[in-house]
Amino acid sequence: MNDSREWTPQAVQAEIDALKHKPGALLPILHALQDRFDHVPEGAVPIIAESLGLTRAEVHGVISFYHHFRTSPPGRHVVQVCRAEACQARGARTLEAHAKATLGVGYHQTTADREITLEAVYCLGNCACGPSVRVDDQILGRVTPESFDALVDELRTQPLEVLG
Amino acid sequence: MSVRVFVPRDTTALSLGADAVATGLEREAERRGLELTVVRNGSRGLAWLEPLVEVETPAGRVAYGPVTPADVPSLLDEGLLEGRDGHALAQGPTESIPYLARQQRLTFARIGVTDPLSVDDYKAHDGFRGLEAALALEPQDIVEEVKASGLRGRGGAAFPTGIKWQTVLDTPADQKYIVCNADEGDSGTFADRLIMECDPYVLIEGMAIAGLAVNATQGYIYLRSEYPLAKEILDDAIARAEAAGYLGDDLQGSGRAFHLEVRLGAGAYICGEETSLLESLEGKRGLVRFKPPLPAIEGLFGRPTVVNNVLSLAAVPFILAEGAQAYANHGMGRSRGTLALQLAGNVQRGGLVELAFGTTLRTLMEEFGGGTASGRPLRAVQVGGPLCAYLPENQWDMPLDYETFAEVGAGVGHGGVVMFDDSVDMAEQARFSMEFCKVESCGKCTPCRIGSTRGVEVIDRIRANENRDANLELLGELCETMEDGSLCAMGGMTPFPVQSALKYFPDDFQRAPEGDRS
Repeated sequence: MNDSREWTPQAVQAEIDALKHKPGALLPILHALQDRFDHVPEGAVPIIAESLGLTRAEVHGVISFYHHFRTSPPGRHVVQVCRAEACQARGARTLEAHAKATLGVGYHQTTADREITLEAVYCLGNCACGPSVRVDDQILGRVTPESFDALVDELRTQPLEVLG
Repeated sequence: MSVRVFVPRDTTALSLGADAVATGLEREAERRGLELTVVRNGSRGLAWLEPLVEVETPAGRVAYGPVTPADVPSLLDEGLLEGRDGHALAQGPTESIPYLARQQRLTFARIGVTDPLSVDDYKAHDGFRGLEAALALEPQDIVEEVKASGLRGRGGAAFPTGIKWQTVLDTPADQKYIVCNADEGDSGTFADRLIMECDPYVLIEGMAIAGLAVNATQGYIYLRSEYPLAKEILDDAIARAEAAGYLGDDLQGSGRAFHLEVRLGAGAYICGEETSLLESLEGKRGLVRFKPPLPAIEGLFGRPTVVNNVLSLAAVPFILAEGAQAYANHGMGRSRGTLALQLAGNVQRGGLVELAFGTTLRTLMEEFGGGTASGRPLRAVQVGGPLCAYLPENQWDMPLDYETFAEVGAGVGHGGVVMFDDSVDMAEQARFSMEFCKVESCGKCTPCRIGSTRGVEVIDRIRANENRDANLELLGELCETMEDGSLCAMGGMTPFPVQSALKYFPDDFQRAPEGDRS
């Protein structure tokens, strides 16, 4: 991945143009933008609206409806803790409290060092082996407070990925 | 000759370190000069044994699990490559593991057996026979076959699949669609994910057959964004199916077309509701639509649309390949065929259990599940997802069948079975049901949008012992309003777990909460 994470109107337009021919193109476009820039920049809204013949309010309404889309950049890693019943039955409530206390943030917040954004998720489909946590695109099972700490430690000490 | 060793790569196996096991096996074999080929198969669905490593022997496949990278040297020392039995992790011949041997796998016959992306593997295990049969039939004959099988929607509503297809077939239109609801959002369910990650062609084949049955040429799989691996595997499988002529403009030289695309949702539970899902596919907020018109008449982009769950569509290839009767021979009453049960939560041996309708929860939880993982007594079980009732012990002996469960106000739903031990606080669970509805409501109707917020508040007052009796009565009335007044199942069913907790576990609402909740 050598595309810059910094968004520009031209880069936004290129993502839109690649997808706007699809029926119901708005969600695929929003996914493409978030995949590329880690968030859907506020400045992209008028460009999307113009390109798809929608109002800005309609585009904003869609972005804000879905939990997945965010309008500001997250930390370097996104950690999602499953809050659903199957994980609750295996100690997810304790894990949630531990995660918030260890990271010093609540849900939808990013640690002061910009390393980790904490999110809640309602089911990762790993329900026979909970509690489950998703770190970026990787899902981890049977997470304990101790293994959570080890994970956070590892995320924070990983060398920066070399792009390109 | 190189020995084939299988290491699954479904989400659960990966979440427990399967990649490191695969790498460990390759490295250790190289170091010892052993010939070994690692095949990344799907999961057998025996989650408690994952990563479940299998080795191919002249006598069939032999299993070891759960394997960690640290176990690799000792496994090789003790004859893994010959399938020997001495090691503590040895499970014997895979197909003889009781958990698997006692199942009736029709839809899941291939999971874990094949390399999920290999078209040749799929065909070698009876794949695409259903589609080939369908290509020789008229659309009406395909619909009749599905009707005769007795298949009902496995997403939760249990509507007869053949009747839905008939409506779409009978509605004239320039374009029709097949939409697969792969927004498996219910806690405790993962059967759809297993199909998509471990046997994606069975879903592709089922959708192509549905397209032939109703004259639809375009299909969409609406997949939740929480399943990144399923997305990767499905995209790859679709490309390979196209290359092999099982999708595209000309299915196996028949002149019939069917195109398929995966669309990602964006973290909204409500988009599992079929009309919200269609709104989302059209690029809008996932707001529930009023019905009628039914999606079968005016669905995606206003056109006739089959909306079926992954498991419903994945059941279709077997029905076409083996005949409707072979499917209908399984089951009881009006619940025909098999049910994919997913044992989850506080369970010792969690995983996928496919059985004909009619088994009991107790059989499932005790004989398959082996009781709780914590070893403490089992207290409550939530069957069918977060919108279904919590069942106490005196209801664990009912046969699993749509009608029997409906009679007691319970649901089979999508087959999720979430077990809780005696440390569970049912008032807390009831509160969570309301909180979940508050977070996930689409907001279109008042009972669901406002009722869930008020529900959390009332339960908090009950737990704080504030006018307890009056608030309990208020909670009862609030539940009735949500049940009767909500536009869709989200608000209409959120009361079920709450009411069941109140009814079967009243003591939990009579004590102060332990500690402070953050």
